[in-house]
Amino acid sequence: MALPGESAAEAAAVLASSLESVLGSRANANRAFEILERLQAEDEEVILCAVRTCSRLFGALLERGELFVGQLPDEEASLQEGYSAEDKYKVWMRHRYNSCINCLVELMSHESFQVQELVLSTLMKFVDLEAKHPLMKAEWKGKICFPRELLKLVVASLIPVEADSSLLISQFQQYLEYDDVRFFAMKAVADNIGHVMQRMKEAPPPVYQQNVFSLISSISVPSRESEIANFLVKQAGNYEEWKVSKLKEHRLAFERMWLGFLKHKLPSSLYRKVLVILHDSILPHMNEPTLLIDFLTAAYDIGGAISLLALNGLFILIHQHNLEYPDFYKKLYSLIDPSIFHVKYRARFFSLADLFLSSSHLPAYLVAAFIKRLSRLALTAPPQALLMVIPFLCNLLRRHPACKVLVHRPSGPADLLEDPYVMDAEEPSESRALESSLWELQTLQNHYYPDVAKAAAAINQSLSLLEDDITELLDLSASELFDKELKKKTPTVPLEFEQVRGLFGQKNDIFAEHFLLE
Amino acid sequence: TIEQLCYSIALKQQKRVRTQTLLKEYKERDKSNVFKDKRFGEYDTKISPEEKMMKRFAMERQQNYGKKSIYNLNEDEELTHYGQSLADIEKLNDIVDSDSDDTEEKGILSAELTAAHFGGGGGLLRRKAPMGQQDEEEEKPKSRKELIEELITKSKQEKRERQMQRENAMELTEKLDSEWKDIQALLAHKTPKSERTGKEETPKPDEYDKMVRELGFEMKAQPSDRMKTEEEFAKEEQERLQKLEADRLRRMHGIDEQEKKKPKHMSADDLADGFILDKDDRCLLTIPMKRVEENQEEDGENGGNEREEESEPGSEDAEEATAEEIDAIDSHSDLESDTGSDEEASENEEEKKKHKRNKKKLQEEVEQNAKIEAARSELPYTFAAPESYEKLKSLLSGRTMEQQLVVLERIQKCNHPSLEVGNKAKLEKLFGFLLEYIGELATVEPPEVKTIDKLVLPLYHLCQMFPDAASNSVKLVFQDAAHDMEEMIEVKGRAAFPVLDMLIYLKITKILFPASDYWHPVVTPALVYMSQLLTKCPIATLQDVVKGLFVCCLFLDYVSLSQRFAPELINFLLGILHIATPKKGVLGYTLVHPFRPLGKNSEQLLVQDKEDMETWQKQNLPLHIMTRLTESSKMEMNHIKLSCIALCFDLIKRCAALYGLLPSFHEIMQPIRGVLTEHLPVSRYPKHLQLENKEKHYYPLVCEKKKPVPLKLYTPKIVKVLEFGRKQGANKEEQERQRLIHKHKREFKGAVREIRKDNQFLARMQLSETMDRDADRKRRVKQLFNSLATQEGEWKAMKRKKFKR
Repeated sequence: MALPGESAAEAAAVLASSLESVLGSRANANRAFEILERLQAEDEEVILCAVRTCSRLFGALLERGELFVGQLPDEEASLQEGYSAEDKYKVWMRHRYNSCINCLVELMSHESFQVQELVLSTLMKFVDLEAKHPLMKAEWKGKICFPRELLKLVVASLIPVEADSSLLISQFQQYLEYDDVRFFAMKAVADNIGHVMQRMKEAPPPVYQQNVFSLISSISVPSRESEIANFLVKQAGNYEEWKVSKLKEHRLAFERMWLGFLKHKLPSSLYRKVLVILHDSILPHMNEPTLLIDFLTAAYDIGGAISLLALNGLFILIHQHNLEYPDFYKKLYSLIDPSIFHVKYRARFFSLADLFLSSSHLPAYLVAAFIKRLSRLALTAPPQALLMVIPFLCNLLRRHPACKVLVHRPSGPADLLEDPYVMDAEEPSESRALESSLWELQTLQNHYYPDVAKAAAAINQSLSLLEDDITELLDLSASELFDKELKKKTPTVPLEFEQVRGLFGQKNDIFAEHFLLE
Repeated sequence: TIEQLCYSIALKQQKRVRTQTLLKEYKERDKSNVFKDKRFGEYDTKISPEEKMMKRFAMERQQNYGKKSIYNLNEDEELTHYGQSLADIEKLNDIVDSDSDDTEEKGILSAELTAAHFGGGGGLLRRKAPMGQQDEEEEKPKSRKELIEELITKSKQEKRERQMQRENAMELTEKLDSEWKDIQALLAHKTPKSERTGKEETPKPDEYDKMVRELGFEMKAQPSDRMKTEEEFAKEEQERLQKLEADRLRRMHGIDEQEKKKPKHMSADDLADGFILDKDDRCLLTIPMKRVEENQEEDGENGGNEREEESEPGSEDAEEATAEEIDAIDSHSDLESDTGSDEEASENEEEKKKHKRNKKKLQEEVEQNAKIEAARSELPYTFAAPESYEKLKSLLSGRTMEQQLVVLERIQKCNHPSLEVGNKAKLEKLFGFLLEYIGELATVEPPEVKTIDKLVLPLYHLCQMFPDAASNSVKLVFQDAAHDMEEMIEVKGRAAFPVLDMLIYLKITKILFPASDYWHPVVTPALVYMSQLLTKCPIATLQDVVKGLFVCCLFLDYVSLSQRFAPELINFLLGILHIATPKKGVLGYTLVHPFRPLGKNSEQLLVQDKEDMETWQKQNLPLHIMTRLTESSKMEMNHIKLSCIALCFDLIKRCAALYGLLPSFHEIMQPIRGVLTEHLPVSRYPKHLQLENKEKHYYPLVCEKKKPVPLKLYTPKIVKVLEFGRKQGANKEEQERQRLIHKHKREFKGAVREIRKDNQFLARMQLSETMDRDADRKRRVKQLFNSLATQEGEWKAMKRKKFKR
């Protein structure tokens, strides 16, 4: 029997001997309790050893077919009913198997990652064996049985409500290669979300959502039906008729899973993560991408970086799925604020904005408002952003010749008291941008960085017909800029000729007035 | 028609050309030798026949001119042997003989032999005939061989005789010499000593000779330029500065950049020729005087500041004082020269004070000079250039500031590039070490800023000597710092402000290099780096605020001359104002990175304590704050905060003045104005600050002028049409290629056509030749037949006659 003070070596010896005796003869079946007891031990080593023994024991039993197949009768009932001794043994053993699995599922939340990892692989081994030697009676001939219930337990334990389990999930990913495992896992996740949300009543814990996200973001549906051929289940049966081999079913499960996940309120960091992968790895795999409209429009209305990110998915819906989005450009216009030149998603936003503003059917006032707003905000931008936005504006001017009045107004009013452009107007049509001129770019001609000044000076001449290519400039970083400057070669280095008199000793030195040399 | 006419003319022309060239060749096809007419201008078609004849005649006359007889054709031609005229050789015969060299001898022998061979002994023998005419008569029957042998023996004998004669002469002269010596000893009155020592050849030079010789070698006084007067020096200096300033302006406007024509920079070239040393020395000589002046000026300024502080408690004076301060900022000269009419008395007092302080300063100066002198005398005079940073450190550490300066100066002098070849590299390295040393001085606790202040001077001189090396080492420093920052951003997601040494380096960069250039290899990266500092480093502590403001000062300093626009600067100052204001509700402006509208650092600079505001006085921020904040009491912290705010206001004021002319000035300043008018609780800040606050932003509203409309360029686009009716290639190279292909094709076709025509012509010629030949033959056959017929007829007639008879 398992004693509290038992050492790991002793436990290992006991476990080995009981495994041998249980497998050796049915008379010693009771020794299985010794193994199961040790699953609840305190010592990590003992647990590990017990898990391994369980895996070997029930693995062997499953392979031998010594577990009861079919609807499992109650343990007490089976003893009284008229079962043969053989059946009684099998029922009893099956009950031990079930309690073992329950123990293992509980161990999935053990604090040691080593235990978790081993338990996960053991459970998946059982899934594998059960798929080969099903414990359910086939209802009709050719029906393929998959241990759905067991997988459901595994998935549920993979996404705990309290603890972060991203490491375990990354271990689980190898099993997602199998199309059937993936399919049933998706279904299990969808069910699990439903249950948990119901239980939690509108306040899902962020950790849980994080776990779910890390699990489901790693799931990707194959793009063609012919690719679905990698099954864990190896049974004689009609695979073609099987639900799992239908791409449509996969997509449906995928869609249900994601919609179930996105239905609930997400923390903003998760929001961003979802939006970053949305257009690339979620939208294309859905049966009905339009179902995401609500989610995307809600995200677009949030503002800030989340709106910027929602733009991409929204664009796909508008472009490929006939989404009618009223005030799209107004919204886009309001998205442009000073932070746009400083955020991480700058390149993404500008490549999309470039796309949105490339249509020649846009009214001139709209484009002019965009140009004017961007140029106004360029007054606060760092040089690497300026190097990108100035050619961007020039391209807009080229595409929409009606906007060229912004840089070339030969017969305008000679003297203006102020800029007619209204920065605060929500509506681009009320901004009076077409009456204005791009004084901002003229200002930037005095920028301290020579390349920016040069780029801004482009508006002094009439613009060339060919558009500038801005794709390379989109994600220019400050350090790249710096390195570029350092690499430039010059034959001579001009020097300061003013005689030096000390650290703060130059003519009209600002420092001398505010700092002390101490 | 005209066309036909043209065509026929062209045909004729072609035919003529062919007859002149091709036909000729054809006719000469079997001939191996060529007849070449060497007469003047025979093949020159440009000269008309008359001219040709005239020229030929003239040449003929020229040739014949000066000839003694018109019948001697070859008179002017000279016969030579081995490139020497034969006549000369004959003339020099005897002189060569005197030199008894074997080769020469042989040469002469052979010459005689040849003469004997070719001339049959004629010339030579005939010349010698008077000597032995009779012998010749007698020995005539001698054979030719004997004759030659005799000739040889004779010449040998002659030679021997000559040698003998010479030896005799030599002996005689030697004998004469020795005899003369004997006599000389008797004759001379005081030379036996020299004779005894045997140095009669080199008599000892006497004093006078020596002196003469020395005087001869001594450098003579050269006429020199007259000494330049003070004014001339000043004028020259001014001209030099003007030239440099013009240079700087040109670079500021980026004209070099556009024209790609780099003019030589005065200080960048002619450094290695060692001339600079003298110049530098001269500069050094002039500096102390200047420095005194400067100090006086600074002194005056400082005086102004201090005075203001003194007068502050008397609050009624405060306004005037600030007004004065502004004056002082505007022009330093005002304080010295301008004596305001209403404040004369106080001015005078000020003057007196100033004088006193000047005296003090001068005294200090004297003391310092004494110290330097002491340091000079204490230290050894030569130093080897340090080869590693550690060596330099061991040289400098432990010495006083003055000693360090002297050491550096001596290292420079001892290792001047003009003295030895490797010195240039050594001093170039010294710059890098010195830079590193300064960095280390800035990082120690507390930072030795005063020493750095002095070390900037040698650094500047080294930089002037080696601009390339200096720029490279400064660039390296920036590169390291930028990479560190990038790594930090990658790892942590944000960067921190660098420690003091980087800030000092940035300041030194401004001192060493002209910051106003349109593009500069060192300054532009420094600007980019500072931009990164201002946009990437979030403000967490008061130290960060001070550092940030220092970088702002640097930025403003960099762009102040060129008046360039720096968005980051405005953003940062706005952020500083933001963290100095209490938060309430909606912001009337948007903040950009690294500032956040809300958060734990969003009220970093806010001062709430009224008492602290009352006691605060404007003070300059010491640099050591940046390494360690020692003031722990809340009041002192608040005072520092207020000083920061004052600095920020001053910077805003300067920015406003700097960017006042930009067309978007209002848009740039709008957020700052928003904060100042709405958010800043003007009433709650100390009086002094309020004043500054009020005074700013009362700039006349500059109306936005209409942007000068760019003229449309109506210059037509010119495309070079190379071949009409040809498709133009996309780009230049393609065009060129197409053109060449086309040309080749055309030429090829033309050549084929020409060849075909040539063949046709030749065939025609051959045909006409055969035709001619046939016709000739026919004609001759006919002739023969004719003659035969006539013969026959005659013969028959004769026959008939006979019969008749």
